[in-house]
Amino acid sequence: MDKTLPDLATAVAGIEDGMSVMIGGFGGSGAPIELIHALIDRFLATGHPKNLTVINNNAGNGHVGLAALIEQGLVAKLICSFPRSSDPVVFTEAYKAGSVALELVPQGTLAERIRAGGAGIPAFYTPTSYGTLLAEGKPVEEFDGRFYVQERWLKADYALVKAHRGDTLGNLTYRMAARNFGPLMCMAAARAIVQVSELVQPGAIDPEAVITPGIFVQGVVEVPDPAQEEALNRANAHHPEVPA
Amino acid sequence: MRLTPTQMAWRAAQDIEDGAYVNLGIGQPEMVARFQPPGRQAIFHTENGILGFGEAPEPGAEDWDLINAGKKAVTLKPGTAFFHHADSFAMVRGGHLDVAILGAYEVAENGDLANWSTGPKGVPAVGGAMDLVHGAKRVAVMMDHVTKDGKPKLLSRCSLPLTGVGCVTRVYSSLAVVDIEGGHFVLREKVPGLSFDELQAMTGAPLHTDGPVADLIAPEL
Repeated sequence: MDKTLPDLATAVAGIEDGMSVMIGGFGGSGAPIELIHALIDRFLATGHPKNLTVINNNAGNGHVGLAALIEQGLVAKLICSFPRSSDPVVFTEAYKAGSVALELVPQGTLAERIRAGGAGIPAFYTPTSYGTLLAEGKPVEEFDGRFYVQERWLKADYALVKAHRGDTLGNLTYRMAARNFGPLMCMAAARAIVQVSELVQPGAIDPEAVITPGIFVQGVVEVPDPAQEEALNRANAHHPEVPA
Repeated sequence: MRLTPTQMAWRAAQDIEDGAYVNLGIGQPEMVARFQPPGRQAIFHTENGILGFGEAPEPGAEDWDLINAGKKAVTLKPGTAFFHHADSFAMVRGGHLDVAILGAYEVAENGDLANWSTGPKGVPAVGGAMDLVHGAKRVAVMMDHVTKDGKPKLLSRCSLPLTGVGCVTRVYSSLAVVDIEGGHFVLREKVPGLSFDELQAMTGAPLHTDGPVADLIAPEL
């Protein structure tokens, strides 16, 4: 068995119109820029995929990565916790124009909904959002004298995740705080596609160090020296590139 | 005479015990970490997945995989730990954090907090605030005592959408330290030179006292 994918275009080839796609990252850390840009390139060449529902903590920054995915018109709905950034113009304009719908979810609830999706738990109760607008319409239950809000699992057709090292079986390690949503999204997606900075053979990763076991991963593509969203934005990069 | 945001952060830092696990909200509360009293070492949690991180690196030395919840670069320290988001919020909701210090638009005398939405205009964003207010053993707020146009931010009831119900127990304001106990504001400290009546006039609900009110004095910072 070998889960290695030959290139980025192949890695994103299965994503179809209307699918839900979890995209890893918190702000720029852990954002799978190259996978996102490959998806945009496919859309610009073929008109597909479109009408995607994207799940990410944020809504992109500048004109690369998730912001570019929204700017180029692939996204119909965003499920996120914090759609603000230092340069949020792309999402803000799309939201105000009504071209992208927003489901706002508290950050810990978003993480736990994704974890629950991957763990086969259809719903859970959390104290988060009790008594607020974000709990409206959701069942509330009292446990041991406190009130809790019922939240449902979140699953997706695909996850696009950035990891640090991966072996050909899909075992993964992450780099520092770039881990964030990656391990959860790999669990919750029917197909988790992971770009790794270094692809290695089975045995090269210490089993004690594996963060995401390969059972949660369907495809691995090597992207050495991946771009950092923050660095791209500091250079005012756009995807696709705009003529100077 | 009022405290600057830096001085408010200094005051909030004086209440953090040695060894406490602390989450600091994005923006002004982040400064609290700079003012730990000598001999005390808190361990700071950032909800994107780091425990025990250090201060900002020198410009040019940033590693953008090593950021805090405000998306600012931080550094490693001996004992730093990384974890994924579900573990991070298990630390929050599971009652493992000792203190959370957050900014606020409004705080009510019943402990309600409003700090995520100023109403239907604009793009709503909540982040981890709604999780933090239900997890930390102590939830404190650090904020100006009044709005930019002079309206009280400590109120009988919040007018803006709530972040959490009955969650705040102490407010470090630019003019006072106020506890929330039994559905009341209890004044603990106020800046010198400001009378109780003057402070009450800038507060949107009755201030109670329970023993002496100390002078709120912070060093020049």
